[in-house]
Amino acid sequence: MILRIQNGHIIDPANGIDRIADLWVRDGVIAAIGESDCGPADQTIDAGGCIVCPGLIDMHVHLREPGQEWKEDIASGSRAAVAGGVTSMCCMPNTGPHIDHAGIALQIIARAKQVGLCNVYPIGAVTKNLDGKELTEMRELSRAGCVAFSDDGMPIWHAGVMRKSLEYAASFGFMIIQHAEEKMLTGNGAINEGWVSTQLGVAGMPAVGEDSMIARDIMLAELSGARYHVAHISTKGAVELVRQARGKGLKVTTEAAPHHFALTEEAVLGYNADAKMSPPLRTEEDRLAVIEGLRDGTIDVIATDHAPHHEDDKRCGLSCAAFGIVGLETMLPLSLQLVRDQVLEMPRLLATMTCNPARLLGLKAGTLSIGAEADICIFDPEKKWTLDRKKLFSKGKNTPWHGMEMTGQVTHTIKAGQPVFSHGAIVGEAAYE
Amino acid sequence: MKGMKHLFGIAGLERHQIEYLVNLGDSFIDINRRPIKKAPTLRGKTIINLFFENSTRTRTSFEIAGKRLSADVINISASTSATKKGETLLDTALTLAAMQPHVVVIRHSLAGTCEFLAEHLEHTAIVNAGDGAHEHPTQILTDLLTMKQAWGSPEGKVITIVGDISHSRVARSHLLAAPKMGYRIRLVAPKTLLPSQVERYGCEVFHDFDAALPGSDAVYMLRVQTERLTDSCSFPSIREYHEAYGLNMKRLRAAGSDCLVMHPGPMNRGVEIATDVADSLQSRVLDQVEMGVAIRMAVLTAMCGGGETE
Amino acid sequence: MSTVLYDHLAVEAAIASMTDAIQGDCIHLIGIHRGGALVADALQAHLEARGTKVCRGNLDISFYRDDLDSAGPNPEVKSSQLPYDFNGQTIWLVDDVLYTGRTIRAALGELFDYGRPAAVKLAVLIDRDAHELPIAADLVGLHHSADKTSSIKLITDGPWHIEQRGVKA
Repeated sequence: MILRIQNGHIIDPANGIDRIADLWVRDGVIAAIGESDCGPADQTIDAGGCIVCPGLIDMHVHLREPGQEWKEDIASGSRAAVAGGVTSMCCMPNTGPHIDHAGIALQIIARAKQVGLCNVYPIGAVTKNLDGKELTEMRELSRAGCVAFSDDGMPIWHAGVMRKSLEYAASFGFMIIQHAEEKMLTGNGAINEGWVSTQLGVAGMPAVGEDSMIARDIMLAELSGARYHVAHISTKGAVELVRQARGKGLKVTTEAAPHHFALTEEAVLGYNADAKMSPPLRTEEDRLAVIEGLRDGTIDVIATDHAPHHEDDKRCGLSCAAFGIVGLETMLPLSLQLVRDQVLEMPRLLATMTCNPARLLGLKAGTLSIGAEADICIFDPEKKWTLDRKKLFSKGKNTPWHGMEMTGQVTHTIKAGQPVFSHGAIVGEAAYE
Repeated sequence: MKGMKHLFGIAGLERHQIEYLVNLGDSFIDINRRPIKKAPTLRGKTIINLFFENSTRTRTSFEIAGKRLSADVINISASTSATKKGETLLDTALTLAAMQPHVVVIRHSLAGTCEFLAEHLEHTAIVNAGDGAHEHPTQILTDLLTMKQAWGSPEGKVITIVGDISHSRVARSHLLAAPKMGYRIRLVAPKTLLPSQVERYGCEVFHDFDAALPGSDAVYMLRVQTERLTDSCSFPSIREYHEAYGLNMKRLRAAGSDCLVMHPGPMNRGVEIATDVADSLQSRVLDQVEMGVAIRMAVLTAMCGGGETE
Repeated sequence: MSTVLYDHLAVEAAIASMTDAIQGDCIHLIGIHRGGALVADALQAHLEARGTKVCRGNLDISFYRDDLDSAGPNPEVKSSQLPYDFNGQTIWLVDDVLYTGRTIRAALGELFDYGRPAAVKLAVLIDRDAHELPIAADLVGLHHSADKTSSIKLITDGPWHIEQRGVKA
């Protein structure tokens, strides 16, 4: 089986490739770029005017299976992923049961393989039941396929437990991902604390709630020598803390979600529950700081925090609504704005969604190297389309961008050499169910 | 001005609409004072008072207002906890709306409840009787009518609001009304009871009550929820609160003999307001209660007024 | 398009003749806001000029109207002023134009929410003779029958006169 992707603008940040050429895939792996001795192609995709890049990686996704399949499951989440050009994703452990023992991790990986659209790499829990008390069996979880550890959704609030978690993880080279939120400061807050929360009369979550925990964690990371990764960074103070830590040579990394560089707290005015997430949308100053962090490399990953919810969980007023928005299907168009705004060159932007997360997590993904598994995303960076929440592949329709125009659209997603998404539809045998 | 669709808050009202409601309220005062306190204005209208938070006085005020105008008034007290057990807020509201009331008056502990419900209730007028720490428009209209009785106009006056500004919808609604109506607000509270960036409303902020008193035309005391104050570490004790932020006779004298005393009720005597101050000639607390009925008559009439919004 | 039906001389003559028809030692006049209140003022002046004692009050029937749904609340509601006890007295209710009778119905409703007069009589400056309710005036200054497309108004800016508006030429 030989696939030829013709005339596309190939960008492979991992290998420094940035030119118009043909990309050849043979038997599921990248065979050649440019001239090839593959012989005639069985299938040809015309990628003229499009960018051809490694399949995207989203290292922060909530797939809800097992436990909350009415919100999302591995199949629907996988469809949403490939519709967004994503061929590998990491799912967070706040499922029911939690990913705090190997059985659940194995089950998720098996189910994802059965669906066959997108690689799913579980993130194991740091503490049992995510309750911040006892460590999970990280070594066994790692052997079962977990690529990092987090209690995401719940911060590891106890400084002593966090210290031990980092020290234990450091002993075996594991990375700890922290949802940094000092709950004693954020309390029952629903949105960013500031002028908007004051006007709405809704309890706020102050930026210092995020910053203070990151400051503590960085000190503990320095003490333990651990790899510490800040999930969904959202404040100016937090970006500065990570910048300083990296300046000191600490193994501290972070990711930004598209909503934190695309929107501000003003999106919740009018009590819009579809703009409620944790950490919350912040101020314009914070938004610009996140963009600056991406520009100067303090933030090296874009990840969505894809958090699908049932409409019942959102349709109950801003204060009661669940936190989170869906993100897989909007990650690329929202991120492309950074290129249009000349914050990042296209190869650097694509690195944040391909080789950078692959490097952090040790994934064999995110490149177009010869011999690599042929996970490919083809997109038209200029194509304009209007987001209709009813047409999302995710079960979650909770997006603040309903009815808005997006620029940049995935035309094809290829998984291990097989087209799985083409011009708006899931294709091939892989469309399981 | 013809029919307003809803009354969510002062934020959505322009000055001429506020003046219209206050003047309309003014003309209802007379009905409340005569022997037969009934007019047929809202005959055939159904009004549901849907109160998710206990509030005897506000609910009674709306109930009397509706009944004196011959509307059929139904009171529903749905405690938030009962709603949590089963039916959602939205289903409760949809169920009541299906019974075709003309107006639903809502009190809820969560900010934004009226805006949220209005998205789903197309044909029912919604009046906000207080939503969390957001808005309480009929209280502010009541206060403006009380001020009209006292001064003619609030233009140029200084209202000093004292207490838990953080959790106060009354304070927020006044902060929104002041620039529209031309009066000024001074806020007095410790930092623990002030919301973030509150000065952006264009008010003056004081931590020292005594410094805020000279030049105040009215001192507006907010009710202190004593448990909330100490449990949240916002204040160490009621004793110290009264000493720092309670309105006593000495402070009232410092404010001057023309300074009015206002309070949205119910008062905590000996906490935010001393008894002799509450009962003094400068107190307008009972006038506020009386004006409250007239204003709610005006608001209900405006809601039922029909026609399109101008 | 408006035409003058009755000039100020005719209006003044009508008020004078109405005054002559009102007999008694103490007259209770209650005007309906706002044209009726002005006519009541004029009657009061004439009555007092001839030495008769007058008790005055005004009614604003805005809250007693039956057309709130279509008309909306009146933006310039005046409080009714009935500052005295009229229980057991004979009341003269005064309006400028008597048309369908609905205003009088509302005014009677409001009047009885204030007290219980012994009798109520109705005096109007002009009667359009197009009643929709079984209501008739006891004392009429002028008559004019006009079809429903036109309106008849007492004009009180300057010398009083009565205009007909909206007549098809």
